[in-house]
Amino acid sequence: MNISRFLKSQNVDPSRRSFLKVSAGTTAGLMLGVNFGGIAAQAQSAADAALEFNAFVSITPDNVVKVLIKHLEMGQGVYTGLATCIADELDADWAQVVCEHAPANTEKYANLLMGQQGTGGSTAIANSFMQMRQAGAAAKAMLVNAAAAQWSVPASEIRVSRGVVSHGSHTATFGDLATAAAQQSAPDVTALTLKTPDQFTLIGRDDTLRKDTGKHNGTAIYTQDVQLPGMLTAVVVHAPRFGAKVRSFDATATLARAGVVSVFAIDTGVAVVARDYWSATKGRELLKVEWDDSAAETRGTTDILAHYHELVDTEGAVAASVGNVSETLGQSRDVQTLVFEFPYLAHAQMEPMNCVAKVDGAAAEMWYGCQSATGDQAAIAQLLGTGIENVKINTVFAGGGFGRRANPASDYVLEAVRVAREVQGTPVKLVWSREDDMRAGYYRPAYVHKLTAALNVNGRPTAIQVRVAGQSIMAGTPLAAMMMVNGIDITSVEGLSDLAYEIPERQVELHSPTNGVPVQWWRSVGHTHTAFSKEVFIDVLARKAGDDPVAFRLGLLKNNPRETAVLQLAAEKAGWGTKEMPAGWGRGVAVHTSFGSTVAEIVDVSVQGTNFKVERVVAAIDCGIAVNPNVVRAQVESAIAYGLSAALGDEVTMTAGNVDQDNFHTYRVLRMDAMPEVEVHIVASTNAPSGVGEPGTPPIAPAVANALAAITGQVITRLPLKLA
Amino acid sequence: MAYQLTINGQTHNVDVEGDMPLLWAVRDHLNFTGSKFGCGVAQCGACTMQIDGVATRTCVLTVANAVGRNITTIEGLQSPQARAVQAAWVELQVPQCGYCQSGQVMSATALLEKNSAPTDAEIEAAMAGNICRCGTYSRIKAGIHMAAAQLKNTGGAA
Repeated sequence: MNISRFLKSQNVDPSRRSFLKVSAGTTAGLMLGVNFGGIAAQAQSAADAALEFNAFVSITPDNVVKVLIKHLEMGQGVYTGLATCIADELDADWAQVVCEHAPANTEKYANLLMGQQGTGGSTAIANSFMQMRQAGAAAKAMLVNAAAAQWSVPASEIRVSRGVVSHGSHTATFGDLATAAAQQSAPDVTALTLKTPDQFTLIGRDDTLRKDTGKHNGTAIYTQDVQLPGMLTAVVVHAPRFGAKVRSFDATATLARAGVVSVFAIDTGVAVVARDYWSATKGRELLKVEWDDSAAETRGTTDILAHYHELVDTEGAVAASVGNVSETLGQSRDVQTLVFEFPYLAHAQMEPMNCVAKVDGAAAEMWYGCQSATGDQAAIAQLLGTGIENVKINTVFAGGGFGRRANPASDYVLEAVRVAREVQGTPVKLVWSREDDMRAGYYRPAYVHKLTAALNVNGRPTAIQVRVAGQSIMAGTPLAAMMMVNGIDITSVEGLSDLAYEIPERQVELHSPTNGVPVQWWRSVGHTHTAFSKEVFIDVLARKAGDDPVAFRLGLLKNNPRETAVLQLAAEKAGWGTKEMPAGWGRGVAVHTSFGSTVAEIVDVSVQGTNFKVERVVAAIDCGIAVNPNVVRAQVESAIAYGLSAALGDEVTMTAGNVDQDNFHTYRVLRMDAMPEVEVHIVASTNAPSGVGEPGTPPIAPAVANALAAITGQVITRLPLKLA
Repeated sequence: MAYQLTINGQTHNVDVEGDMPLLWAVRDHLNFTGSKFGCGVAQCGACTMQIDGVATRTCVLTVANAVGRNITTIEGLQSPQARAVQAAWVELQVPQCGYCQSGQVMSATALLEKNSAPTDAEIEAAMAGNICRCGTYSRIKAGIHMAAAQLKNTGGAA
């Protein structure tokens, strides 16, 4: 069936399609509300016509401060965090602030730590803390200058507080001044005097409500909820094995099914386009596809991991080296070795990958939870042979991400564009089922680590050798130039190559084998595995030396005041060494620094036979200034839950190249009954903010393993954790 | 085929196949997008609606089987319990990405409508079918307790 026949079957006159196209923008605005489109496109009347002060701040005459958020809101609280920085310097009333996602525009909205527009690496606040405050302060200066001109008073005497500008008997709202203020020349942001921390009114406050609203009542809009006039839905049947290609397909039965519009092969499989998701899915079930497996990965994870075990017995590329480790190990009388194994992990964010695309000749318009605006925009433009100015991206909330949406190959985004290109002028929503999502790869790679230490007579390590084997997530991506040094993917060894513990001699070696399984970062990236082997190993050394695990760590952190303080805070709050535990309970600790922040976690587990439950987690974090402490706590709680899920159950395996897991009954993520009580303590700081979304994840799995070892004596070196 | 559904107290006609899950009829054909698609096999709870007052995974309930029953979606929640739950969700800032939260709110509301003072174990049992990958479980549990306390204090009128 072609498009015009389909539209006819839906009682839509094909000749009216141009009308649909013309009206699409305004209708979408009405249907989707404030989450959509640019500020200008929404301005319907003079009262809510936003006046632009700068790239981040607009103010309407009816007194709404609109903040454009250059990062993707995927639950990490970036709307709230960035808006807090702006509103504080602007001295706005928090209630008058609304947020929208910024459009794709690298020049205006680059992540200052990445040099391109994108969200990740726990950098949202870290890169924009000053930029957002400057944007707020600049807008405030323009309001003040407008008031000074209107009232004929010196600008320096004007006061601004909670959205009110005043001088003597004069008062005005931001809205009153917006029109005149927007015409003031923009100040030089570097010349602005920003507040000192003691002058903050919103930064550091606990009681400001989040700005990503509508999530408790179903009104928040995600990609899955985007509805556009005439929109079709597409599903794609993907190859069962990574790297396989379509050899041939028979769509006869699919095309005969009601609601199916068209079926065609694309780079990544065979697309079924239909009037709705159910028709597309039922049509897909009827599709017969023959696959060409000649370039496919046909090994299982058992084979892949067996190879990695062989690799760590051999010398790898040197990622870091101090002293002569192999000589010291060879001469030492007391050598301790542990081998660790980590599975592939799926992100399994709640909203399976999806993307709405409309392609009209050389122009594309997109609607989705866009995490890598610069990368996606360039990839789309290249695919369509057009310029990036012809690729418009409308960003909506993402139903979780944990790294998955920032795909260096723009995989799901380009798939949507490939489908949309075939149904020119018609918006198409590409929807992946949970099974599609779970089997699509781009996993956290599987790894094997081998750690070997030489110990002195006191049981203290004098030398450590670390060998890591696992796929590089950076090789072959546009980020390789930045993230790979002399062939070493620094994310494969981060947390080990920059070991926090003072061990006089150390060497970190890396094997980066390649295979056909697509891999990618996953919440906290390399630290997902490096923190585990490091912290379990150090605990084993502590117990072997007959030392307390906290005291042993502190002894190796004498020149690291930050880790020392965080570890001590967590120990104190958890009652380490002082608080009695019920019979059958064990306590474990881990501390790790990642994304500029340090987190220590102390875990209590209860054990019954081979079953155990994580009962309580006490966490301490130093993330510099906590812009919104409640969001920081929420992120640490979340990072712990996400890491605990992997510690307890997440695992992707493959048999003969086929992924064994497909949905939540086979990929066992954390549910409420396994969630421990979590207590988060934030170290008071006046340092610049550092990462928050990810640093809470690395310590949880080793802390649980260490607690289990403390009570059972079993040192578990494989994730997910299982007691024998 | 045409089906008549009673959603949030109102009658809606929808022309779909009878084996279409209620979730997709409601989302794709009636434009109530608050209920989410997460797994399609009743494993995650994102699609939870109330069917005759019972929290139900609508990704596996067919339209044909939903005819003649009272369907409540997140858009139509009105009971005192629902209002107390939603107020607690805002007070405790429960949602993060939020994609599962419509389902969480539906399940929590259904629990409180039957059990005005659930224990932790009863909450865990009632919420076992709702996954949250952001791990907001502690706040969800606290939110249910807060809503229960609020309902008790106000004699059931949140």
